[in-house]
Amino acid sequence: MSWIVFTVLSPLFGAVASVVTGGRLRDAVIALTAGGTALSCVMTAAAVHAAGAPLRLSVGGWGAPLGIRLHADGLAVVLMGATVVIGAFVTAYARSYFGFRAESGREALFWPIWFIMWGALNALYLSGDIFNLYVTLELINLSAVALVALPRTEAVLRAAIRYLFVAFLGSLSYLFGVALLYAETGALDIAMLARAVEPGLSASASFALMLAGLMIKCALFPMHFWLPPAHANAPSPVSALLSSVVVTASAYIALRLGFTVFSPLLASPLAPVIGTLGAAAVIWGSLSALLQPRMKMVVAYSTIAQVGYIFLLFPLAAASPAAATLAWYGAIYFAVCHACAKAAAFLAAGAVLDVAGHDEVRRFPGLARRFPVAFFAFGLAGVNLVGLPPSGGFLAKWLLLQSAIGQGAWVVAAVLIAGSLLAAGYIIRVLERAIVEEGIVTRPADRRHRGLTWPALGLAMAPIVLGFAAHLPMALLEIGSPVGAFP
Amino acid sequence: MITWNAWLPMLVPAVSLLAGAWIFCLREDQRGLRGVVNITSALLKIMLVILMLWGVYQHQFYEFRLHLFGRVDLVLHADPVSLLFVSLSAILWLVTTIYAIAYLEGSPNRTRFFGFFSLCVSATTGIALAGNLLTFLLFYELLTLSTYPLVVHRGTEKALRAGRVYLAYTVGGGAVLLLAISWLYSLAGPVQFLERGSLAPLAASHPGELRVIFGLLVAGLGVKAALAPLHGWLPVAMVAPAPVSALLHAVAVVKAGAFGLVRVVYDLYGIELCRDLQVLVPLSLVAAFTIVYGSARALFQDDLKRRLAYSTVSQVSYIALGIATLGPLATTGGIVHLVHQGLMKITLFLCAGNFAESLHIHRISEMNGVGRRMPWSTAAFSLAAFGMIGVPPMAGFVSKWYIGLGALEAGSPWVILVLLASSALNAAYFLPIVYRAWFLPPPKAAATAGWSAGDSIHPALLWPVLATCFLALLAGLLAGSSYSPLFWARLITAREYGL
Repeated sequence: MSWIVFTVLSPLFGAVASVVTGGRLRDAVIALTAGGTALSCVMTAAAVHAAGAPLRLSVGGWGAPLGIRLHADGLAVVLMGATVVIGAFVTAYARSYFGFRAESGREALFWPIWFIMWGALNALYLSGDIFNLYVTLELINLSAVALVALPRTEAVLRAAIRYLFVAFLGSLSYLFGVALLYAETGALDIAMLARAVEPGLSASASFALMLAGLMIKCALFPMHFWLPPAHANAPSPVSALLSSVVVTASAYIALRLGFTVFSPLLASPLAPVIGTLGAAAVIWGSLSALLQPRMKMVVAYSTIAQVGYIFLLFPLAAASPAAATLAWYGAIYFAVCHACAKAAAFLAAGAVLDVAGHDEVRRFPGLARRFPVAFFAFGLAGVNLVGLPPSGGFLAKWLLLQSAIGQGAWVVAAVLIAGSLLAAGYIIRVLERAIVEEGIVTRPADRRHRGLTWPALGLAMAPIVLGFAAHLPMALLEIGSPVGAFP
Repeated sequence: MITWNAWLPMLVPAVSLLAGAWIFCLREDQRGLRGVVNITSALLKIMLVILMLWGVYQHQFYEFRLHLFGRVDLVLHADPVSLLFVSLSAILWLVTTIYAIAYLEGSPNRTRFFGFFSLCVSATTGIALAGNLLTFLLFYELLTLSTYPLVVHRGTEKALRAGRVYLAYTVGGGAVLLLAISWLYSLAGPVQFLERGSLAPLAASHPGELRVIFGLLVAGLGVKAALAPLHGWLPVAMVAPAPVSALLHAVAVVKAGAFGLVRVVYDLYGIELCRDLQVLVPLSLVAAFTIVYGSARALFQDDLKRRLAYSTVSQVSYIALGIATLGPLATTGGIVHLVHQGLMKITLFLCAGNFAESLHIHRISEMNGVGRRMPWSTAAFSLAAFGMIGVPPMAGFVSKWYIGLGALEAGSPWVILVLLASSALNAAYFLPIVYRAWFLPPPKAAATAGWSAGDSIHPALLWPVLATCFLALLAGLLAGSSYSPLFWARLITAREYGL
């Protein structure tokens, strides 16, 4: 049981230790923190798997409604596992990335902030009440803004300020929803709320407020405008984290609350509205990605599109329990695979930007020969973003498609397929420029950058592994699932 | 023994997958090791295939099953149909690998090329051995992904444009296929490929849906099988290096589409269901149109590879026509053409590669007198061209004969007219090439050289051509023996029709 606590404590210890150490000692602290957090997450997952039921732990012995209750079910440990995989590769990448620059100074702040964020992420997945969700989400967002603002250039600071305001707006909206719900029911614990909430105006209002806040935070169309500059201008390891784990955390809360506290509202007119926004995000984000001149902007707009898929779950789940089950597992698996693939795509784009000195697609010719590993990693991540087999993204889209076709939701099916085709377009557009060889004098790659390209490739393999080893995460997701066992 | 039988179908694609992964890890200058890995894995694959051929002939059952999630399994199994396609690709891969190593000697990006080349073969054999639709789709998309880098291998703007067209067609086709398969799963659950079909129980309750799904499946597969009007990518993709055009665009990719049609008609829907749903008539009309259209377009191409490409469009539709014509004889003809067309077309493409490589001849108008300068390659080209026209005893004659007989048996004599028209067109676009090559004098600059005793090219470029040509000749000459593709196609037909 105590492993659960360490999933939050070990990154926090690491955050403190990485501030007070330097040089080789800090490298050891970084490795130890990542290793310790990974180990405690894996052990928690193993405990949940062994128990076959969600684990509950009251910190300090105080139960609900007063104390902090941790609640580890399959969904929580799967997302923590995804954070471990992404976190490990990004940490390795960031070690090389920031290693090239000054040892101390602003960039050294990456480590404590990232570890605080990691701890907050784990705490968010484990928290069982809506106020703790707010606190952890706020912590994640503040550290995300701080990470964006690491380099002190004007464009970055402007993007960071905008990000900060938008994040606050989202938090405020979410907090209003929490207050409304608390006033109505007197409870904050998710399990208690699930029993207390009755369909009605106030429940709908609080759901709408909370959802609006979360949708702003995960940049669902049309509240997406802040994401591309923030994500694309941040240092590359930060971009990778923002577009994967940070966005996923907000989407997670929306799914978690939508299928527990607010499940009676799923059949309300809210669901098709959310679905429409999701579909619009898929199309708009993909089309915008097709037009971006910079590789990191392409990846950032792709995030907007891919977040849209997750929200297609809401209209799909309204039809029937069988359709809801398929769509639920599909959307969760989609979020997990997307997080890995998106982080890998940003790491690859960052490697190109760092080594070539620019990431303008127009000026890419000849680069594939210099950095084959980076572009191979980008292509592999692209396979998942497009949703081609044998990636986990394919399995996820397959489940969503099954749910859509099974209930005759042909529009959703069309959006799923159109999104894939557009994704193929924006991925290939980047890759084919890099393959061009005409009129280019190529220099061979220098070996200094292996520390950037190999972590990108390693992380890009993760969605492929998820494509073949789906039964383990699926079995975990069944534990404490709100929609029943996997069909 | 049980476990061995279960692993064998998995090993065949795995061998080339691992070879591909290994090649990706090699440095550009490790050409010796790369060659060894390439050839060894090709030989290993042939040995595995021979083992399975022997087993399947004796009614041995090979199946590999990997649980993916829910009710979805990855299934690879070896039945007579899959072995026909696997044997073809295994043999032609060996030949083409030898050819490609020599052809690309000294050019850049060979590690990338051979890595993806191996992945392609892995995908092709995976398609052949796929035991259900989802596994088929997995390898079908893998084939798309791994062929793209080969099409754009040269890295020129022209190659990239071709790659874009290629992807637009194949990814679009893949999406249609995904939609169809997904729909079918939600109707029928996980359906396997079984001899004589596995969808019959649904016939009564969902006839309309099954018809639409059949249409979508054919449209999705028809892109790779280059059924008109979905054939546009094939002539464009000819910018790829000769071995790619030969193996992939004449054999692996188009055959993957045609093979998919075989699977859908015989092992998914089954003949009885296809007949009841009346879905084969439209397919046969499309195939007949493609046959004539492809040949007619071929007539007006001056670029040799483009003419061959349109010829492929036309010839692959013989397979579709054979499948769509009911009756055991037409089935035999269609299925055996899968092999026959592959052997002949690869010969033609490799010869075209040789002409381009050693004489820089790309256009038919430049081919005057090549017979004197490269007698062996030209002889192989001519024999294969005769086979395409359907002159006995080449392999092409056998397929056409069976399809024709089958059409009479099925009571659709109009198919004979299509065959005659297409043969006349084949003759009209192949014979002038043969005539130019042998009977017209070479251009002045080359004329002084006179008759040369042999081709002045690397033996590794010549022998593969002679080998495939010889195989195409043997397949026709020894069609009646029990080692011929025809024998195997008749075995398949007997099992599919329950004869």
